[in-house]
Amino acid sequence: MPSYDAWNTGEATQIVASFAGRDGAALPMLHALQERFGFIDKAIVPVMAEALNLSRAEIHGTITFYHDFRDHLPGRHTVKLCRAEACQSRGAVALHRQMMEKLGVDWHGTTVDGAITLQPVFCLGLCANAPAALVDDEPVGNLDSSAIDAMIAEARA
Amino acid sequence: MITIYVPCDAAAIACGANKVAAALLAKLVPDISIVRTGSRGLFWLEPMIEVATPEGRIAYGPVKPGDIDSLIAADFLNGGDHLLRLGKPEEIPYLARQTRLTFERCGVVDPLSITDYRAHGGYAGLEAAIAMEGEAITEMVKASGLRGRGGAGFPTGIKWNTVRLAQADQKYIVCNADEGDSGTFADRMVMEGDPFMLIEGMTIAGLAVGATKGYIYIRSEYPHAFKTMSRAIEIATREGALGPSVFGCGRAFTLEARLGAGAYICGEETSLLESLEGRRGVVRAKPPLPALEGLFGLPTAVNNVLSLATVPYVLAHGAQAYADYGMGRSRGTLCIQLGGNIKHGGLIEVAFGMTLREAIEDFGGGTASGRPIRAVQVGGPLGAYWPESLFDTPLDYEAFAAKAGLVGHGGIVVFDDTVDLAAQARFAFEFCAAESCGKCTPCRIGAVRGVETMDKIIAGTDVDKNMTLVSDLCQTMTDASLCAMGGLTPIPVVSAMTHFPGDFVPAPLRIAAE
Ligand SMILES: Cc1cc2nc3c(=O)[nH]c(=O)nc-3n(C[C@H](O)[C@H](O)[C@H](O)COP(=O)(O)O)c2cc1C
Ligand code: SF4
Ligand code: FES
Repeated sequence: MPSYDAWNTGEATQIVASFAGRDGAALPMLHALQERFGFIDKAIVPVMAEALNLSRAEIHGTITFYHDFRDHLPGRHTVKLCRAEACQSRGAVALHRQMMEKLGVDWHGTTVDGAITLQPVFCLGLCANAPAALVDDEPVGNLDSSAIDAMIAEARA
Repeated sequence: MITIYVPCDAAAIACGANKVAAALLAKLVPDISIVRTGSRGLFWLEPMIEVATPEGRIAYGPVKPGDIDSLIAADFLNGGDHLLRLGKPEEIPYLARQTRLTFERCGVVDPLSITDYRAHGGYAGLEAAIAMEGEAITEMVKASGLRGRGGAGFPTGIKWNTVRLAQADQKYIVCNADEGDSGTFADRMVMEGDPFMLIEGMTIAGLAVGATKGYIYIRSEYPHAFKTMSRAIEIATREGALGPSVFGCGRAFTLEARLGAGAYICGEETSLLESLEGRRGVVRAKPPLPALEGLFGLPTAVNNVLSLATVPYVLAHGAQAYADYGMGRSRGTLCIQLGGNIKHGGLIEVAFGMTLREAIEDFGGGTASGRPIRAVQVGGPLGAYWPESLFDTPLDYEAFAAKAGLVGHGGIVVFDDTVDLAAQARFAFEFCAAESCGKCTPCRIGAVRGVETMDKIIAGTDVDKNMTLVSDLCQTMTDASLCAMGGLTPIPVVSAMTHFPGDFVPAPLRIAAE
């Protein structure tokens, strides 16, 4: 399970500073921040703008362009379900619907108990073992409803 | 001490390879040592483990942790007989029938052992290149006929020559490892199974065009590939294969792996460059070509993983050895990725020219569900949906284009007879709406209109009128989109409408039509 520190703008500023001198560092910075804190607080926008010599609007634009970057904490586990064609051909659409009903969440939602955040992705490169998912970076293939139940139980344990 | 090879490829892990490795260690330490490898790409057999015996490696698969007791009882450590015994991996027909040039080492070597890499022919290409002028390297790649594997099929040597001739103090090699196309995984397999080959290919590219710095842009959906690639770069740097003087030749080449952030459009080369520069991944208008004004405005060769990974073979074995394979203007080998509803999905590297039918029937063995195949989509989410009547088309760029399809990155996704092509056409628009960079209206607005109109068709509202609307919309997107995202989204839509018209009539009529 990933563990995150509480957001701290001072520490976040140090992370930003640690990329000084690297070309085009915005994405590596944002990944490092999200890995540490679980999300990107908007307090970092002026800090990054200053460090990268860009406008605040540009930094904000970059953060919001990419699907990966969040502005709030995810659940304890993040499940990325592949919605793309190879997974569709093995029944992913119905399986995803089932899972959402079981969890009472929609895409990007987090269960009430905070255990699972559900995210859509388009292909994980596991297309010969579809339907596929990434559970906190751990790949899972050949998903069916019993595998989904086991995944949910494990996440809630 | 007996060596057992267990893949650490993400697809093998997805099938339980890590659990199998742990169970083997728990039962058999200290009699065995485990070497983690990439995957051979026979994914229905994963986790496929291989035991080193005096007669060579013997494979077993698919192995579950619960099989280990019976494997031990069958004396698998000496290649003993067992229900899961597959024999010598290279004699398994699926592998024996392939021509593995780029994937020669994948699944065989320890991906992070540079010694292993060298022992299996690695760095012979770079050694040859070090002794050559940039122009000679470029000419050799040109003569091999290698065309970009990222989708557009542009001749790699010609692109390199443009970068080589550009005058600038700094030039870049950028590896496009965004592999966003659904149904594809060959780039991932290279990065997880044979990363030094990609490093070697990029270094040769650097020598050819006079670039001293390279970036590998890897999608964030591939955390394992990113980790392996980053560690391989560290190791290569430590061993002097990367750095201020590559293997002491006096010329510099350094590499950095960068992580994408979940945007399909960042696979488009100019969007990728914007992203590498730290901005929104918005597509740039061309010209200027990235070869002349690319990363940070400087001359840049942007190439797909497989294009770069194939270069060491060309340098080591000669341009002709590579060009001898293939058909027409498609020279060398195509790394087909067979996935979806298929019994034997996997990586199939063969000379260009094999038919689609051979891939899905002879290699694939039909659907996983056991139902008839109804459609295949070749070339990712922007590729065409084809019916059985087109299966005898050879896998070749021109042959596919002649039938309004595309080979793309070589992904084939198989669907059985439960597929609804109207739903697939709707998804093509939905995907484009979700992943458009937003720069031009035909794509940004057109995709949203497309979803709405497909919804009406699926609901049976004014079907004829709305079908015409979709056709017109597709024409506009084809003609007026800035890049192939909007420009090719009509391909899956129109192919579905053309080849499967029965799926686009209202549901009650569909039943009557059957
Ligand atoms: C929407 C879109 C997505 C693309 N995605 C990829 C990709 O994921 N990987 C890739 O190598 N090329 C991709 N391309 C093609 C690149 O723009 C470019 O042609 C390629 O990286 C050039 O390398 P090559 O000549 O070695 O093929 C994409 C193109 C478009 C229009
Ligand atoms: S076609 Fe779509 S993805 Fe391409 S530039 Fe236009 S809006 Fe962006
Ligand atoms: S399409 Fe789902 S993993 Fe590739």
